[in-house]
Amino acid sequence: MSATSDLIGQSPLTKPTKAGGRGIEHSSENLNEADRLMTICNSCRYCQGLCAVFPAMELRRDFTEGDLNYMANLCHACGACFADCQFSPPHDFEVNVPKTMASLRAETYSRYAWPSFLSGLFYRNGLAISIITALSVAGFILGFIYFNNPDLLWAVHTGPGAFYKLMPHNTMALLFGVAFVAAIIAIIMGAITFWKDTTNASIAGAGSGFWQAFSDSFKLRYLDGGGAGCSGETIQKKDGRKHAHHLTFYGFLLCFASTSVATLYHYGLGREAPYPWWDLPVILGTLGGIGLVIGPAGLFLEKFKRPKELQDPDRFGMDTGFIAMLFLTSFTGLVLLFLRETPLMGILLAIHLGVVFSLFLTLPYSKFVHGIYRFLALIRSAKESNANH
Amino acid sequence: MKNDNSIPDFSSKYDVLVIGGGNAALCAAISARRDGSNVLVLERAKEFYRGGNTRHTRNMRCAHDEATDTLTGPYPEDELFDDLMRVTEGETDQELAKHMIHESKDMLNWIVEQGVKFQPPLGGTLGLGRTNSFFLGGGRAMLNALYETAEKIGVQICYEAEVTSLEIENGMFLSAEAKIGADPAKNYNIQAKSLVAAAGGFESNIDWLKKYWGEAAENFLIRGTANNQGSVLRMLLDKGAQEVGDPTQCHAVAIDARAPKYDGGIITRLDCVVFGVVVNNRSERFYDEGEDIWPKRYAIWGRLVAQQPDQIAFIIFDHSVLKKFMPSLYPPIKADSINELAKKLEIPEEKLVATINQFNGSVIEGNFDHTILDDCHTEGINPPKTHWARRIETPPFYAYPVRPGITFTYLGVRIDKDARIQMSDGKPSANMFAAGEIMSGNVLGRGYAAGIGMTIGSVFGRIAGKEASKHVRN
Repeated sequence: MSATSDLIGQSPLTKPTKAGGRGIEHSSENLNEADRLMTICNSCRYCQGLCAVFPAMELRRDFTEGDLNYMANLCHACGACFADCQFSPPHDFEVNVPKTMASLRAETYSRYAWPSFLSGLFYRNGLAISIITALSVAGFILGFIYFNNPDLLWAVHTGPGAFYKLMPHNTMALLFGVAFVAAIIAIIMGAITFWKDTTNASIAGAGSGFWQAFSDSFKLRYLDGGGAGCSGETIQKKDGRKHAHHLTFYGFLLCFASTSVATLYHYGLGREAPYPWWDLPVILGTLGGIGLVIGPAGLFLEKFKRPKELQDPDRFGMDTGFIAMLFLTSFTGLVLLFLRETPLMGILLAIHLGVVFSLFLTLPYSKFVHGIYRFLALIRSAKESNANH
Repeated sequence: MKNDNSIPDFSSKYDVLVIGGGNAALCAAISARRDGSNVLVLERAKEFYRGGNTRHTRNMRCAHDEATDTLTGPYPEDELFDDLMRVTEGETDQELAKHMIHESKDMLNWIVEQGVKFQPPLGGTLGLGRTNSFFLGGGRAMLNALYETAEKIGVQICYEAEVTSLEIENGMFLSAEAKIGADPAKNYNIQAKSLVAAAGGFESNIDWLKKYWGEAAENFLIRGTANNQGSVLRMLLDKGAQEVGDPTQCHAVAIDARAPKYDGGIITRLDCVVFGVVVNNRSERFYDEGEDIWPKRYAIWGRLVAQQPDQIAFIIFDHSVLKKFMPSLYPPIKADSINELAKKLEIPEEKLVATINQFNGSVIEGNFDHTILDDCHTEGINPPKTHWARRIETPPFYAYPVRPGITFTYLGVRIDKDARIQMSDGKPSANMFAAGEIMSGNVLGRGYAAGIGMTIGSVFGRIAGKEASKHVRN
């Protein structure tokens, strides 16, 4: 045997082209990269205290596509593991878990979309959502003009039933009801596909995990870097994204509660909108609306503060598109609330309804689904950790 | 200095100059700054690679009297001292070691005050949950915290700053010459009232290693930073600092031969020796693979492989144990037969078959348990495998190629309890202090215990900063 020293880096030892590469071919580059990174991370494990992703990884030696899709959706993109990693770029190992998981996550949204022919909406998602929203708003404005005479549209309407002078309640309920039900069905179908894809048979039955996941998601437990914050760059705890997300999420829930109470009022008590300012639907909707204006604005600003290395530029449209839709929903709603007793009410109502209609229609094909898949991933994570302790 | 590459004005004299950028250096800088000194840190690495070997560490071993949120039980000073005596086989300055261990108790508070976070013991903390405190996110997270704190309190930090000479007169530091930043031709003269040398060992300096290891050193892989060239250590010794520690020795473990030359860190380790046999590139076994349990066997295999031809060896095992140890960074080389495996490894085929057959024929079965010294052993072969011996017979067969992976060196400068450098004439230096790997040989003359390097760095770093600052004020 001579010159075995040449073996460093040479063929007989089949040095993989990249650290962590095991020659396993998944169905996408993002999956291959996630597999490579999880192989590297699994031989290190320094990040196990940061979030739920690394403990999930430690339960596995090999990663199926379902495993990787699950972990991608479990990742909250806090960025702590990138700042902490001794192997992140420019190190040759090029470990960038938050970015890879973000790209893979976006890929799973498209993969689980139902019906599958609409999965293309995730491709240039920002553009798709903008077009649908523009068409929807235009549709409502044109509808209002077409079905109402101009005097009525530009008149001042007040008191119960004011909105329904411009659009009959039953028409409104039917239109939004159909859009909402369609969205719910599509979301459920996606959720079922996700659950099946990521189910590990040996773990499926162990413990419920629901309440743990509920608590984890309502607290955004893992958007925290294990205590280091969610900014992804510094040790000084900076929770800007987390707070903005809380405002957005709880704002969304309050708005949803407002709509639900209003529906009960309408059908249960026969009380018609608009309601006075002190009434529950208005209070809930106003508080929620304020959260849903400040929150998305905050998330948008945080996006620009976030280190570039952590972001997947291909996701920019999808991320900002959804933020913009939430912002527009609440913003147009609040403007409507303030100007509802002026002649502008008609046109503002059309715009608000157009935005909300588009939001409903596009829910299953927007970043909204991140909440669904992450919640399910958290259930799976809670189940796994119950089964292993 | 973080966001611009401007070079500070070196015309005025600093109170404390810290050379190095790891745990020890930052603890010294922070402690000196908090005592009111004007502090400059010269870190040789680029910002990303800052922190020397600290970026590859994960925990520190400090004494404590009670369990905490992040430690499962007490670890009294005496016990830590006994552990240190055991791993060093007595090669430690006992008085200094006891002082360090005593000071280590408060380190768990002090380091947290500097922004460092610990994680509670989890599954992957290697059974050290009682004795060792694990940094949340690992060593680089710890460094990020120390750097951020240092910057916040006004420590000046220069990256890509390589000290090229030290002006020392009669044990008194006067100034340093350093190349800084993008223009390596330009040398800056930096004056300071006191010096903290925290620039690590020389394990990345292959030429220096060759002095003791010959050409074999060319085949060593360095687990940490390429910046540990030992230049500051060399300068100090040349200017009369007293030497401590065996210059020929380094901490070496067997790591995956496919690892990069530098900075592969922790993840290139392979801890599967007990599950198979280890052969050299002549297809011969050369040492008892079942001699002792982790961590002792972990630390001997680097040296053993370094003594083999071409400094390479192969851990060979079969399918039955594939999933018994931590997953590896690189996949094992796989073959359906021993012959095919030998071909893939480019080692003598017939001989490997003979070695494995002979080994299999000598195995006396027992109750396999890799957590204790079990009764599975061999009879009638040399070297024997005294524990965990099981036949290698279930295909597919696997191999990991391994080389010596050098972690750190033991040579350093002698210090006293104030971290003050002792000169070879027996006198203490007026204003030079040392912390970290550059003086670890004082307390760690040989061997290793997980996390002890970080304890040495933090404790003596803090002391060095404080004493350097005290010197300035007097």
